[in-house]
Amino acid sequence: MAPVLEATGIVKRFPGLIALDQVSLSLTGGEVHALMGENGAGKSTLIKAVTGVTSPDAGEIRVEGKPFQPRAPHDAMARGIRTVHQELNLVPNLPVAENLALGRLPAGPFGIRWHEVRTRAEAALARIGVTIPVSRTVGALSIAEQQLVAIARAVDRWAGEPLRVLILDEPTSSLDRAEVVRLFDVVRRLRNEGVAILFVSHFLDQVYEISDRITVLRNGRLVATGTVAEIPHLELVQQMTGRSIDLESRSGARSRAILGESTTLLEATSLGKRRSVSDVTLTIRAGDVVGFAGLLGSGRTEAIRLLYGLDRADSGRLTGRGPGIRGSLRAGFGLCPEDRKRQGIFPQLSLRENILIALQAQRGWWRPLTKGKQRGLVDDAIARLRIAATDAEQAIGTLSGGNQQKAILARWLAAEPKLLLLDEPTRGIDIGSKADLMGEVERLRSSGMAFVFVSSEMPEVVAASTQVAVFRDRRMVSVFAGASVDEPTLLAAIAEGAPSP
Amino acid sequence: MRGFDWRRHSALTTLVVGVLIYVGCAMNFRGFASLSVAMNLISENAYLGVIGIGLTFVILTGGIDLSVGALAGASGIALARLVQDAHWNPLLAVVAILVGGLALGMVQGMLVARYRLAPFLVTLSGLFFCRGLALYISKEARGIDHPVFKSWTDFAVRLPEGARLPIGAWVFVISLMIAAFVLARTPFGRSVYAVGGSAPSAHLMGVPVQRATISVYAISGFCAALGGILYSIALGSGNPIAGVGMELDAIAAVVIGGTLLTGGYGSVWGTLLGVLILGMIQTAITFQGTLNSWWTKIAIGILLLGFILAQKAIGARASSGP
Amino acid sequence: MKSKPPYFWPLLALVAVLLIDLILAPSFFAFTIRDGRIYGSLIDILNRAAPIALIAVGMTLVIATGGVDLSVGAVMAIGGAVAACVIARPSDCILNGLQLPPTAFYAVAAGLVAAALCGIFNGFLVSRVRVQPIVATLLLMVAGRGVAQLLTNGQIVTFTDKTLSSLGSGGTLGLPNPLWIAAFVALAVGILCRRTALGLFVEATGENEEAARIAGLRTRAIIGFAYVLCAVCAGLAGILAAADIRAADANNAGLYAELDAILAVAIGGTAMTGGRFSLAGTLIGAVLMQTVTTTILTRGVSAELTFVLKALIVIGVCLLQSPVLRSRLRNPA
Repeated sequence: MAPVLEATGIVKRFPGLIALDQVSLSLTGGEVHALMGENGAGKSTLIKAVTGVTSPDAGEIRVEGKPFQPRAPHDAMARGIRTVHQELNLVPNLPVAENLALGRLPAGPFGIRWHEVRTRAEAALARIGVTIPVSRTVGALSIAEQQLVAIARAVDRWAGEPLRVLILDEPTSSLDRAEVVRLFDVVRRLRNEGVAILFVSHFLDQVYEISDRITVLRNGRLVATGTVAEIPHLELVQQMTGRSIDLESRSGARSRAILGESTTLLEATSLGKRRSVSDVTLTIRAGDVVGFAGLLGSGRTEAIRLLYGLDRADSGRLTGRGPGIRGSLRAGFGLCPEDRKRQGIFPQLSLRENILIALQAQRGWWRPLTKGKQRGLVDDAIARLRIAATDAEQAIGTLSGGNQQKAILARWLAAEPKLLLLDEPTRGIDIGSKADLMGEVERLRSSGMAFVFVSSEMPEVVAASTQVAVFRDRRMVSVFAGASVDEPTLLAAIAEGAPSP
Repeated sequence: MRGFDWRRHSALTTLVVGVLIYVGCAMNFRGFASLSVAMNLISENAYLGVIGIGLTFVILTGGIDLSVGALAGASGIALARLVQDAHWNPLLAVVAILVGGLALGMVQGMLVARYRLAPFLVTLSGLFFCRGLALYISKEARGIDHPVFKSWTDFAVRLPEGARLPIGAWVFVISLMIAAFVLARTPFGRSVYAVGGSAPSAHLMGVPVQRATISVYAISGFCAALGGILYSIALGSGNPIAGVGMELDAIAAVVIGGTLLTGGYGSVWGTLLGVLILGMIQTAITFQGTLNSWWTKIAIGILLLGFILAQKAIGARASSGP
Repeated sequence: MKSKPPYFWPLLALVAVLLIDLILAPSFFAFTIRDGRIYGSLIDILNRAAPIALIAVGMTLVIATGGVDLSVGAVMAIGGAVAACVIARPSDCILNGLQLPPTAFYAVAAGLVAAALCGIFNGFLVSRVRVQPIVATLLLMVAGRGVAQLLTNGQIVTFTDKTLSSLGSGGTLGLPNPLWIAAFVALAVGILCRRTALGLFVEATGENEEAARIAGLRTRAIIGFAYVLCAVCAGLAGILAAADIRAADANNAGLYAELDAILAVAIGGTAMTGGRFSLAGTLIGAVLMQTVTTTILTRGVSAELTFVLKALIVIGVCLLQSPVLRSRLRNPA
């Protein structure tokens, strides 16, 4: 069968990196095609290229055999290629009917023909087999229902040509099981009508449940494509992470005898939050490095948020700190967040201020650090972590991402917490810096500090951790400690879930 | 109640509060529940109502316009000077001033939409600009005795029981109808709501966000100029310091009318209710006799606080989701 | 590249305006000494700028946290009204029930406490209830003046106490008292912010509130503090204004003070979006505004145009700060 959309040899360069390197993708009508990859693999760039958000530097796109060079999202929409994003799909304060018609409301001399708007909206929902009262405000619907309305809008013929390709960008990331079932019913229905569906998700089980074919990207390259049968779970995880189980793997058991003896800092029992993560059961002791392994979106970051108190758990028990962030701070915990821009840096403030803020917050505003002490701490941090900056007074917003990351780490190291939660601290920093950073972690660990360490780099997790918690599809599925920490075991757990009890 | 979005119906609360205040006043004050008092509520607050209508558009998009009171004041004195000293035809002067208000609003809208300046800052500057302009035009109030203008001032439709509806009330009612139609039944009106709900989503859905934003400030400027003209017609004169603090009354009317300051929810009908409630408080304090005028400000403040806290509570409940 | 301090441009503008004055009217810089006081246009400018500078100092901190306080004018009226009522004890004023001794000390203290209460109200709404700052402070902007009128019974309360009135119109060591007070407050706030970590905390909160919270700052307390400080500054300015004319006028005291204060902050180089702030810049901004106003007045240009000019200056300054315009100027296409 001829492909509906065919992209071949797509190249997209950004300053200093190749986001897509000769990537090809072919979508056939009547298939669900999963696009898989970790952060920075190039998934979003590929989607942007085929939907006209960005134009590729090289390569060719064909729609039903005809060349297609979209200049704006509108071009792609007119050719029947539509995207449903995770958010930013609908206007929450308006009714369902209006959301389906917004931007193309039918109006006559007596104003908008509301009757027509409503009947067309009902028809559009009926077409995907969904019944939602069209007069309900979108904001009052569940997230799942909002997704369905967004899909109905994409399917609807009001926007030119009929739907050929539907791109679902992480549609299930905040749905519960029953809602996913409902969504998949709609997806299957569209597939049976001959629509090509590109499905982006981090949930392996869902990918295998709904998809016919899988394409895997890694670091901007196409690494695998084939039918679901051709790419089993373990192979998929290996392709995504670029790790294979025959690789020589170091054991994490190196003289990590501290388990069981030192003081317990934090203990979580079946901690969970609806639509976020569940079954987090952990004991963190002084001198521990607890690695969190799992794919992107598997619940690692969510677990960190629960442990630090950024989110409130709605089930399970947590002992070792008082409620909320303040409880964490009082217990001597710190957090280097994953989202550096939103939760980490103060862009206009200097590198010095960014580094000293956590320590200063501990001391209180009335006990400022002396100039000399400040300089000592900052110079030390800059030297030890090799932060590249002209001087300590440079605004941190002007530094590179890797240096910003190091500064945030330096911020917490200066505050000397008992437990530091590190969410992807090594992402986007060069090999040398990684070594600096991990060396620092090991040095502090041996002096009794504890870490939680999230990383997508399996060898790093294995090398640094005293125990590893594995996350999969928003659940913590198992913990490995000491000698049992090695890459094959972790990869298997990520791919297949917990060994059946 | 699942599926019932309180934010879409917050004017209901206003209606209940309004009815309670009316009944309370009617029971306490002799002669309050008369047709002439009711008609006076509309005609004495017509200028405020017209300004409130324009402001409703801006607040629906999530913006704010603090310049409306000063713009109304500048319009009034400009009208007086054009008619009285420059001997313009009153009708021509009115048209010129309305165009001026529209243009000023448009400039403010462009500063907000194109250059992403904070609405309060732009319109606070607009407030100063207009106030300075008004005082520059004339430092003192200026009476207008042009015959055509006088006929406007004296015009009124007489109703039974001595009640009367002057020109301002008619303009208010007609403006209200037009605004209600535009907001409820035109694509532009709906895009105003869409921008207030989520500007980025609306943009992706093909709504001309920038044009809508500029338009609402232009409408607000137009309505403020019209309100200032109505005020002058009612008084038979122009006064450069008319409209001091009027922006606050107008904002209070809009918010009490159930329009959310965060944008996206509300209607001009709510604003009508808000204006009437403010008018009733004023009238009640006059009827009462022993309370002083500053109680009006305090009462409005307390009412406003109540409505803002209620909006906050409703918003928090709605966003916690079903 | 060493970056210029944020007050570089306003300082340059100030020098430019003064140079124009020097060329057009050298008498602008003349001083006379009478009764042990120095008189002259420059002193007059500083004296008149003092109340606005005082409010602008508090406003700087509020804006640095990412907020704004529109109620400062009304709080000025309340501060002046309370002080005048305590000292003059007008009949049937509700403050008489407090039985405060009618001395300048109690008058000032009561005025400041009343202002602080206003600040606590604003701060509570913004930091706890999380109402947008414009809306939260709008409430007191509406009702505050009513409260001030309630206290004074709608009358202009006059008083004769020499100590209190000397705060507004007297002088010390040749310079007017408001100038000393404004300078003292600015210095005290400057020391409070820059000799402790408070300034850093305010900037961090305004830059990125979530990051500040994660890093361990009590962001709500910091925001609340900024509003209270701002209100106390406004209250003090109100007391000085009342002391100057020996009367509290609830209707007109502090009218448009909010705009003047925001203007001074914006010109001084503090971004409206919060974060980095410069108290020195704010002071220069306040003096610059008053210099422009005085220059216009002495040149015989209509006083009303100062309003128009101020409005245009604010928009101009903000446009220069606007990233949209900057990027458009850089890549004209």
